[in-house]
Amino acid sequence: MLTESQPHFRQPLLRTPFHERARSLSQLDSFIPWSGYTSVDVFTSVEQEYFAIRNASSLYDLTPMVKYRISGTDALRFLNRLTTRDLSKLAPGRVAYTVWCNDEGQLIDDGTVFCLAAGDYRLCTAEWQLDWLRASAIGFDVEIREVTDEIAALAVQGPTSCKLLKSIGLAGIERLKPFEHATLAMPRTSAAPIALQVSRTGFTGDLGYELWMSPTDAEPVWDALMEVGSTRGVRAIGSRALNMARIEAGFLLPRVDFVSAAHTLLPGTERSPLELGLGWLVDFGKGHFTGRRALLAEKARGPRRQLVGLDVAGQKPAHAALLYTSRSGTRQAGSVTSAIWSPTCKRNIALAIVDAVHATTGATLWADIYLNRELVWERRMVPARVVERPFYAPARRRATPPADF
Amino acid sequence: MNGGGANRFDAIVVGAGHNGLVNACYLARAGLKVQVLERNPYIGGAAVSRRLYDGFTYSNCSYVCSLLRTEIMRELELPRFGLQIIPYEGGCTLMSNGEHLAIYDNHDALRREFARHSRHDAEAYERYVRDMLRHCRFIKPLLLRTPPDPTSFRPRDLQELLFLGKQFHKLGETRMYDTLRFFTMSCADMLEEYFEREIVKAHLAGSSIIGTALGPRSPGSAYVLLHHYMGSIDGAVGAWGFARGGMGAITQALAASFTASGGAVRTGAPVAQILTRNGRAHGVVLQSGEELQAPIVVSNLDVKRTFLQTVAAQELPAEFLEQVRRFKIRGSSGKLNIALDGLPHFPAIPQGSPCTRGDMHVTDTLEMIERAYDDWKEGRWSRAPYIDMLIPTQIDPSMVPDGKHYMSVFVQYCPYRLAEGEWSAAQRQAFGETVIDTIARHSPDFRSLILHAEIRTPQDIENEVGLTEGNIFQGELTFDQLFFNRPLPGYAQYRSPLGGLYLCGSSNHPGGGVMGAPGANCARAILRDTGRGADPGRLS
Repeated sequence: MLTESQPHFRQPLLRTPFHERARSLSQLDSFIPWSGYTSVDVFTSVEQEYFAIRNASSLYDLTPMVKYRISGTDALRFLNRLTTRDLSKLAPGRVAYTVWCNDEGQLIDDGTVFCLAAGDYRLCTAEWQLDWLRASAIGFDVEIREVTDEIAALAVQGPTSCKLLKSIGLAGIERLKPFEHATLAMPRTSAAPIALQVSRTGFTGDLGYELWMSPTDAEPVWDALMEVGSTRGVRAIGSRALNMARIEAGFLLPRVDFVSAAHTLLPGTERSPLELGLGWLVDFGKGHFTGRRALLAEKARGPRRQLVGLDVAGQKPAHAALLYTSRSGTRQAGSVTSAIWSPTCKRNIALAIVDAVHATTGATLWADIYLNRELVWERRMVPARVVERPFYAPARRRATPPADF
Repeated sequence: MNGGGANRFDAIVVGAGHNGLVNACYLARAGLKVQVLERNPYIGGAAVSRRLYDGFTYSNCSYVCSLLRTEIMRELELPRFGLQIIPYEGGCTLMSNGEHLAIYDNHDALRREFARHSRHDAEAYERYVRDMLRHCRFIKPLLLRTPPDPTSFRPRDLQELLFLGKQFHKLGETRMYDTLRFFTMSCADMLEEYFEREIVKAHLAGSSIIGTALGPRSPGSAYVLLHHYMGSIDGAVGAWGFARGGMGAITQALAASFTASGGAVRTGAPVAQILTRNGRAHGVVLQSGEELQAPIVVSNLDVKRTFLQTVAAQELPAEFLEQVRRFKIRGSSGKLNIALDGLPHFPAIPQGSPCTRGDMHVTDTLEMIERAYDDWKEGRWSRAPYIDMLIPTQIDPSMVPDGKHYMSVFVQYCPYRLAEGEWSAAQRQAFGETVIDTIARHSPDFRSLILHAEIRTPQDIENEVGLTEGNIFQGELTFDQLFFNRPLPGYAQYRSPLGGLYLCGSSNHPGGGVMGAPGANCARAILRDTGRGADPGRLS
């Protein structure tokens, strides 16, 4: 289905079904690898793309997100043993965000589970998991198949996203509640309608949807959205703009905010869901799941570290800053994993891993920030207050039906 | 120390192999007057570049570099003395069905190449690499340290044992078990825990048998694989490369560093015996009868050659000698060095693939490798051998005339002694033909491109380099001969039953490969004994 003009040793990265459209809009030729695909980092300008997310609508190609089809009589039992949430309540038409751990209760990955029908699920993951899924499937009657390249995926996110999808003819889109999915028809004048699976999910913390389709439908869907939206502030966005939105929303990025226990080399660098503030995803009452015993023990003694949100003084993002307990910088309290100046909140925000004793909301830590003043570097110790996450959570993200803007 | 006399030195190093030279460099830098003695008319031991055919430079013995410790290159300023290590660009196994498995430097290309054979194995490879890197992290700090004597209560040994214990404990429970299992399991069992495709296992298994008298199903072979993985090039762990100008460039740079520190090398000076008096070494006598005196004698020879051929038996404890005699150092590898009139064509490899610019193999199942080992056990060279062939001249422009190429073919298995007796010239030729036939099956024009081929059996390697049985590691890298058991229990600290006599070759911890660590560790032991440096701790 994806025709490659060059062998993999010449062109190692695959192209998604949206690639030709993305390439024609790319002004900077700024591409990055993502799970074996070429992905756009920036189309035109990070700021403009970011404001498309918060002001109108953004299109983001998330085809490279790894996807597995999990089916069989034991599919639910398998997923319930694999992940920390109780998925027995997940009905067809629903989506759940969840995480999974190794036997030591350390995080392997996070992702979303789509219940397509009874005993039939799709698992979307940040990283490849076939090896772990197969090992976890021993003793279960379940079929696991990677379907990443069989499904093209496009995120449509922003305050006008519902209206945009309505305007391409997705009837009933306004009734879709958060974490629901449905298959809606996109009518076409000179061809048969396209069946689009739409989920009200996303990585921006805003009103938004994700569209899942056959790769052959990718370009017509993109074209329909752009035709309606290009004069109304709709933009294709790259990963840099999305990253700003996800930090505002307080979402975690693997390899940035934590390293999967499947990759860590150094002992002690793994992270548990409890440390990452994902304890709400861990259901100890549902019976056995991988990592349960270790997580119970950790819960009893309390996590050693904690992921927190920070409000940092000044305007310089605290990229990779070390955090100290006092201005003197003698005792380290943790370090920043993600940081931006938030244009929407007008705050200098960051996500950080700190020793649990410092994780109380309102506590003040000190961030070690390096300022480049025309190549003259200065070091500043600035206060960073521990604050609640998310930094940005507009009411429209949950409103059903959503407003038009 | 010993100022007077042309034949009086502070230390004599017997053998100008890479470890002998590394050792000599460190001693000379510490201010000792050091004489290196080499029996061949050229230096280098098994790290040599030689011209045996007009215009062509061969890496006759060792042929690729990864293990040479960065600390040693840096401390001895080898780049200043001309050393350059260039990483490979790929690797592959040519399969009997005309297919291939390639290794690519680019992570995404590599993943897709594995996925061509199995999506599962493409992912399992990431887990495999992670685990190898985890094991490496445990072992690497031990390479440039003297192993502790676990039976001793000396503070230094206790301190080292404590260090080892701490390193081990830091792994955490699961990894502690994994590490212990790893040291004793077979490579096949280990690989089967990860991969489903034979070709993937067969490609990776190569590193577990190179230089050893083990098969992929022999317990202990998993460690050998790791031993080949713990090197690095410029921080890329597990990466291998070529020394520009051939492997002799390493020993040439070492010799230049050594002479710049005031040391002296004599070639064509074979040592007949290490001289001893009252339980101490005090010099050597050359085959010419000439005597050289030094209170410190360092042997770069393997432990068997040192104590069974170069020291008088009456000077050594009987039980010690018996242990030396039992030390496992079995010849199992042969080598072909081939001058080629052009680049051979391998039809299985797609046009333009860089995977021929690295190590190429032709055994595509573990079974094939195990069968190759069976032949060795029966005193034959493998009828379908495992070969590790490289054409470094695709990358290194300095070794051959334009348009020509040099191919290094390492061959496993080849016995030291054939079932029917000693090697004859005809048998050596037949062994070479077996290897050439094996390659020609995957490259139709290969045979017609051969200008010259040097064929080396383990016996040839022993005769020329001096390695007992031609064993490239100066002794098997099995658990019973590693760490504080290497070369012998109680003698793992580079010292011997004779005062002033030290061992610096690969028979000692951490073992074989062009690593230099035994030479450096031995130098540290010597400097400590002479009050010039503190042990333990790394040289710096």
